[in-house]
Amino acid sequence: MKRRGPADAGWRLRLLVAGIPLLWLAVFFLAPYLLVLRTSLADPVIGQPPYSPLFDASGGLQLTLDNYRLLLGDRLFIGSYLESLRIAAVSTLLCLVVGYPMAYAIARSPRPWRTLLLLLVILPFWSSFLLRIYAWMGLLGTHGVVNTLLLDAGLIERPMSLMYNNAAVYLGIVYTYLPFMVLPLYSVLEKHEVALREAALDLGARPLRVFTDITLPLSLPGVIAGSMLVFIPAIGEFVIPALLGGLDTRMIGRALFDEFFINRDWPLASAVATVLLVVLVLPLVMFQRGQARAHP
Amino acid sequence: MKLRTVAVWSWLAFGYAFLYVPIVLLVANSFNASRIGTHWGGLSLRWYAQLLEDPQILEATWLSLRIAFVSACFATVIGGCAGLALGRNGRFPGRTALTGMVAAPLVMPEIITGLSLLLLFVGMKSAIGWPEARGFATITIAHTTFCLCYVAVVVRARVAGLDRSLEEAAMDLGGRPLRVMLDVTLPGIAPALLSGWLLSFTLSLDDLVISSFVSGPGANTLPMLIFSKVKLGVSPDINAVAALIIGVVTLGVAVAGVVMFRAQRAAERQTG
Repeated sequence: MKRRGPADAGWRLRLLVAGIPLLWLAVFFLAPYLLVLRTSLADPVIGQPPYSPLFDASGGLQLTLDNYRLLLGDRLFIGSYLESLRIAAVSTLLCLVVGYPMAYAIARSPRPWRTLLLLLVILPFWSSFLLRIYAWMGLLGTHGVVNTLLLDAGLIERPMSLMYNNAAVYLGIVYTYLPFMVLPLYSVLEKHEVALREAALDLGARPLRVFTDITLPLSLPGVIAGSMLVFIPAIGEFVIPALLGGLDTRMIGRALFDEFFINRDWPLASAVATVLLVVLVLPLVMFQRGQARAHP
Repeated sequence: MKLRTVAVWSWLAFGYAFLYVPIVLLVANSFNASRIGTHWGGLSLRWYAQLLEDPQILEATWLSLRIAFVSACFATVIGGCAGLALGRNGRFPGRTALTGMVAAPLVMPEIITGLSLLLLFVGMKSAIGWPEARGFATITIAHTTFCLCYVAVVVRARVAGLDRSLEEAAMDLGGRPLRVMLDVTLPGIAPALLSGWLLSFTLSLDDLVISSFVSGPGANTLPMLIFSKVKLGVSPDINAVAALIIGVVTLGVAVAGVVMFRAQRAAERQTG
């Protein structure tokens, strides 16, 4: 029996280990996107499935750009994309404002506390996303906790409408995505050489100066990673605008959902998804680059 | 200086209050005898008792639990492989593709993932006749796909932190690759596999959007049922369901946390 060198021993096993997830993801992650693209080029028809086949009766390829023409000519859809981008951007900024000081405080806390403090930030992420939004409905509703407290305290005379508007959507996004912002920020802030900060302080730098010249620039990768983790999924968010948003909260995720489930126009919904993917490409590439740098 | 510290710490306290007050109020309200959530009508378990008599909720819960269990198992195996491949294999063809495909579902809007998987299942049905109807199988496949990415991330981090010399020693002593993997590598990443499994289980149990797309008529998961009820407003029996889910998940996370913590301690003692 020939002995293989250690470098290529077990290549079959390694092929298997890499092959299984590659195959699974190729079939259930990559291939479906191609189908979305293909469906977006079909005509909606009445039937099952509700889109025209790839080849017509005479065997000719039938593809159409009608859905894109419809989509890009419609001010409602364009408005929804812009609205989603705006809401995601504002929410990301708010997340950063709330999350940065939290990550900073945890990173500067006594070492034995850090794990616990961090765990407390992550814990809500584990409990149901849908139920956390639901919890806010109980707080913000007309007969919700906030209104009742304010009424009982005599601060307001009639209930305020706190829900079904954009502010509630911002609140919901910040609330659910906050852990995604805090975690990457914490991991960069924690890594900082304490010595570097202390040296600066010893040399007489003011604390604010130390923050702007050392801490902030060094934490920039965390800021980018955290922002992307909030911004990208927030653009396509569906549940939060559906439950907390008003009729005027026209985010694209909701438009896609309605187009698909209510109008049953699968080709148009696919076109909406394809354009959304194109919109997401730039932030996704930035995110991937950052990830690749973090795990070379 | 002092003032700054106080400010930072009170901000932290505010942050935790922001994260926890809504959940605590929701759980507290599930024990409220009064139907109107804002007035305390005394301690009661009536909403919990009502759940046991609601066949719709029981059926949806059972379906969700089965899907979560099966997809967590699949996701742990496939995601574990992905994590091992990315953490250990070095360069191999498809590495870039695998890295990208594992990272993308973590940030991809669920609505796109759901739509794309539905189109796949519909396409498969007309091409190979399967799946006949959408439900348990299709939801399980969909959940496995996004859960395995989380498992891969957890396992990969653990593999990177493992001491490679143990595996090399086993190889040098003539251990066959499969044996080395089963006897040396697998016990090393076991805590990551366990926490990956638990993470997958909770993610699957929680998913609404993807399930809505890939399920067929008649197959309602618990989140789908909750969503259809919640759209109409706050209701006390949903409070009870919510409190139960939050309780179970918190317990699960606590167990996983202790397991991970102990494993880390043991590893530190071994090396240091």
